[in-house]
Amino acid sequence: MIEAVGLTKRYGAKTAVDQLSFQVRPGHVTGFLGPNGSGKSTTMRMILGLDRPTAGHVTINGMPFRELPNAQRHVGALLDAKAVHGGRRARTHLLALAQLSGIPEKRVDEVLGVVGLQDVARQRTKAFSLGMGQRLGIAAALLGDPQVLLFDEPVNGLDPEGILWVRNLMRQLAAEGRTVFVSSHLMSEMALTADHLIVIGRGRLLADMGVQEFITHNAAGFARVRAADTAPHGTQTLGEALVKAGGRVLREPDGALRVTGLALPQISDLAHEADVRLWELSPHKASLEEAYMRLTQSAVEYTSTEDPRAELFEPEPLTVPAWEEDAPPEVPATTAAAFYAPPPPGAGGRPFLMPRRPGDLARGTGPEPEPEPEDAR
Amino acid sequence: MALSPILRSEWTKIRTVASTRWTLATVLAVTAAMGAGLCALVDATWDQLPAVERATFDATQMSFSGMMLGQLAVLVFGAMVVGTEYSSGMIRTSLAAVPRRGTLLLGKVAVATGLALVVGLATGFVSFFLGQALLGDHSVGLDGENVLRAVTGVGLYLALLTAFAIGIAMMLRNSAASVCILIAFILILPMVLGVVDATRKVAYYLPNSAGSAIMQTVPAGPDVPYGPWGGLGIMALWALAAVAGGLLVLKKRDA
Repeated sequence: MIEAVGLTKRYGAKTAVDQLSFQVRPGHVTGFLGPNGSGKSTTMRMILGLDRPTAGHVTINGMPFRELPNAQRHVGALLDAKAVHGGRRARTHLLALAQLSGIPEKRVDEVLGVVGLQDVARQRTKAFSLGMGQRLGIAAALLGDPQVLLFDEPVNGLDPEGILWVRNLMRQLAAEGRTVFVSSHLMSEMALTADHLIVIGRGRLLADMGVQEFITHNAAGFARVRAADTAPHGTQTLGEALVKAGGRVLREPDGALRVTGLALPQISDLAHEADVRLWELSPHKASLEEAYMRLTQSAVEYTSTEDPRAELFEPEPLTVPAWEEDAPPEVPATTAAAFYAPPPPGAGGRPFLMPRRPGDLARGTGPEPEPEPEDAR
Repeated sequence: MALSPILRSEWTKIRTVASTRWTLATVLAVTAAMGAGLCALVDATWDQLPAVERATFDATQMSFSGMMLGQLAVLVFGAMVVGTEYSSGMIRTSLAAVPRRGTLLLGKVAVATGLALVVGLATGFVSFFLGQALLGDHSVGLDGENVLRAVTGVGLYLALLTAFAIGIAMMLRNSAASVCILIAFILILPMVLGVVDATRKVAYYLPNSAGSAIMQTVPAGPDVPYGPWGGLGIMALWALAAVAGGLLVLKKRDA
């Protein structure tokens, strides 16, 4: 169990971690997500007592790390795969660490086997690839057979097989009842590995919830509907019918419609009633990645500036069809990618068409309903 | 937390990197070789030496004249023991395993200083016997007055110099910067201060001038305010201060 209360770290005027409070519980893989520079590593270093918090405190099993007796047997950590003297051999590196806590030499060979480095145990670590370095770091974390494990970006530099191995290892460690805290900036990876998510941006807590909950809270799905080309006004007729029934419709550049706020059977029924043949009616579930981008978009530390020539490469933007124009929402001025990534709730504004009534796909989670002309119904 | 696991770990660390071997081998080789060369030269040109120098000739110290260069390698050794931990990030890995920073540093100082003492003693004896063999008629034996103290003093001097270097490197956290500062402080500053009479007295209290007294069998001069052990004590205080400074930095600052 890791518990942070009001954890804050300032470097001069810059606040790296801001009033962070969370708990990491045993028996789960807890993903620690945030864009680059959001304060993940600083938080991990504070958990391990390497950096002193400016304010607040963090405990492991109820005690600050620096006061843990025999810390290595309670906490294992991989902070930086490159934090190894390159001239030392892999096995002696682990041996030196093991001896710090009086861990028997036999355990060194055990963990080398666990991470699959037994064949290169006597090589100097400067010849190691980043992936091998990660494995060595994981081996070091496992040395004391600790109940609490911290991994900072453990899959960086690993090949697909290595990633799968790390994923299984994390899940296995959690299944044994351990506390597993894994940081990553890759949402897609965390979606597969973690049970619980702690998301931070610019050092602040953005979300602390289960993975499933996170998706339903932060992502919206849509249905793509394509009317048959054969009827001259098929798309228009269908769109009007959908809007009438309470759906929200966007037209994609190729003529398909993006519908939110209506269930698939309902769309089919409406199309049937309007006598429009459909060539496509497909559900699109927002991924965790989209939810993550949407959540952290305003909290990204380093964003690329606008390329003045960007318009040359931009795809045609989504357009609001004519039958929606009497209820004018803000048209997304940005590219299709922005469809997934409006500012988080509370940031104000209505950057794009979101379902906003009960029964919508994103149930009760869109921005607060604001008065809007509902005459389209 | 007990010190002994940390000593064992630091011993593993120090013996498994190449820099330990080549810096310490350099100490012995350079000191002995240079001392031997100078001894042979003195023996060959004995008749041309001024009478005063002949009267105060310290055969033991003559065989240690390679220390001027040899001690540089010990400074590099001490600076690298700490500096490589910081440059590689190993210090964070270590501290994430053992949060007791004070114990960790003391373990490191103990192991490196102990190793330097052993190498220093070997250097002292090898240089002594080699130098005396080449001094011919002007040589002294190990049973001569103060000779054994001076020879073992080489080990003590190099051990304290190592501790001093570790303390400085712990404060600066960088091998190259530490070596530069150490060379300036140990080699250049005494020379600069020695130019003027007024500052020469200050120079006596610098670590290497004070510590060198232990390696002399003939008292250095009437105006030197301490004996051999007093000088070594002053040097020990310097080493202690440097290690205390390093400890303070390690405890206070983020790793």
